Amino acid sequence: MAKLKSWKELPCGAIIDDPTAVLENKTGAWRSQRPCWNAEKCIHCLNCWIFCPDAAVIVKDGKVVGINYDYCKGCGICAEVCPTKVQAITMEEERK
Amino acid sequence: MILAKTGNEALAYAMKQINPDVVAAYPITPSTEIVQIFAQYVSDGKVDSEFVAVESEHSAMAACIGSAASGCRTMTATASQGLMLMHEMLFIAGGLRLPIVMPIASRSVSSPLNIHGDHSDSLASRDSGWLQFFCETVQEGYDTLIQCVKIAERTSLPAICAVDGFILSHCMERIETFEDKPVREFIGKYKPNWNLLDIKKPILVGPATMQDYFFEFKRSQIEGMNKALPIIEEVQAEFKQKFGRGYGVIEEYRCEDAEAVVLLMGSACGTMREAVDEMRNQGKKVGMVKLRVFRPLPHQVLAESLAKFKTVAVMDRADTVNAWGGALFTEISSVLYDSPTRPKMLSYVYGLGGKEFSLADAAAVLEQAHAGKKEDLVTYIGVR
Ligand code: SF4
Ligand code: SF4
Repeated sequence: MAKLKSWKELPCGAIIDDPTAVLENKTGAWRSQRPCWNAEKCIHCLNCWIFCPDAAVIVKDGKVVGINYDYCKGCGICAEVCPTKVQAITMEEERK
Repeated sequence: MILAKTGNEALAYAMKQINPDVVAAYPITPSTEIVQIFAQYVSDGKVDSEFVAVESEHSAMAACIGSAASGCRTMTATASQGLMLMHEMLFIAGGLRLPIVMPIASRSVSSPLNIHGDHSDSLASRDSGWLQFFCETVQEGYDTLIQCVKIAERTSLPAICAVDGFILSHCMERIETFEDKPVREFIGKYKPNWNLLDIKKPILVGPATMQDYFFEFKRSQIEGMNKALPIIEEVQAEFKQKFGRGYGVIEEYRCEDAEAVVLLMGSACGTMREAVDEMRNQGKKVGMVKLRVFRPLPHQVLAESLAKFKTVAVMDRADTVNAWGGALFTEISSVLYDSPTRPKMLSYVYGLGGKEFSLADAAAVLEQAHAGKKEDLVTYIGVR
């Protein structure tokens, strides 16, 4: 964890001029449910990737390859938008 | 050019000359006629502004925040309930340090419903991190709104330019306007600190901060207001140099050898001037201190000025309903607590909901100030 800054060092208006700074906060810790992605069922329609409110669906060369649990909040939107006939994502209780 | 204009017309005219990039407003009641007149300028092609007609005041300020965060010179106008609905967003504009400029026709707040002038709406917004100017005349409103653009941008703080509802907003006055060109020269081109839409320099606006940073960011915002007064004075001086009319953050009227003064803001200062003149004719040493800049509170300027007098009567055009009168009274009393002379303080609330504040009322306040005492803790002027 970086040293905390004094108020005098902070940017006017609380803007963050390095947006990648948010990567430091592993917001996935909030999750109470975890999306489980099934590679065999997935048809790579990318609905989950489009609708994920974070950027937690990992896509490589146009194909889903997994979920980034460092930032996934477990909202379940990906499971909801996955086509009914496919159901490649199921939500399961997060186990600590 | 000398023109006859109501306060609303004069402020809309100043907005036309300022020619902001964006005006987002809710153009029906309880907003002001300012927006309606400005919308006409937009329709007639008299300004380059993008006019965004939104569905509420809350949205108006939200749109202004988005616009200002995108580096646009942004304005809106409202009053009364409209300002109340904006309340949440006012704090966000303040915290983001966005120099949005907003004329307000200050009015009472329901309930009961009333459309007339007092300072309840603007004073209720006093802690939102906006600069606040209170104007005595339509002329001062016009001049101040132009100054506000420059002050807001130089301080990175949003600014409210308040004129008394109806008394100034709807009454016609002879005003001296400037040509468009010098106004635009005076305000200059807006150079925003940052721009949300600049994809070459991506930034994050409105982050969430926890116990580790929230207070530090607030402290930094507070410093912005702490540093605002010299900038206001600087812009007032530049304005005087260019246009010849000067304003201070306060004005002492006939205070030279005064023993008692009345301190107030807004249009009632005009009435008070008359009353002071009459009392002076009777040989009574009284004066008036007009407070023009309420946020930041020019506490040092006030302490220096007011410590000279034996009695200071403070008149509020809004009550805080805290069982102790108005905000101005408590703040001015605090300003003077540490002064070596500590003048006697008298508290008055007047003119709520547009209640008439007459010359006789003003004279009565001056008489009591001159005597240095009155019976009640807070006097509600003219209330049956
Ligand atoms: S649960 Fe929500 S945050 Fe996590 S991957 Fe699915 S859509 Fe994204
Ligand atoms: S929505 Fe379902 S099928 Fe489509 S890519 Fe995502 S996991 Fe695969």
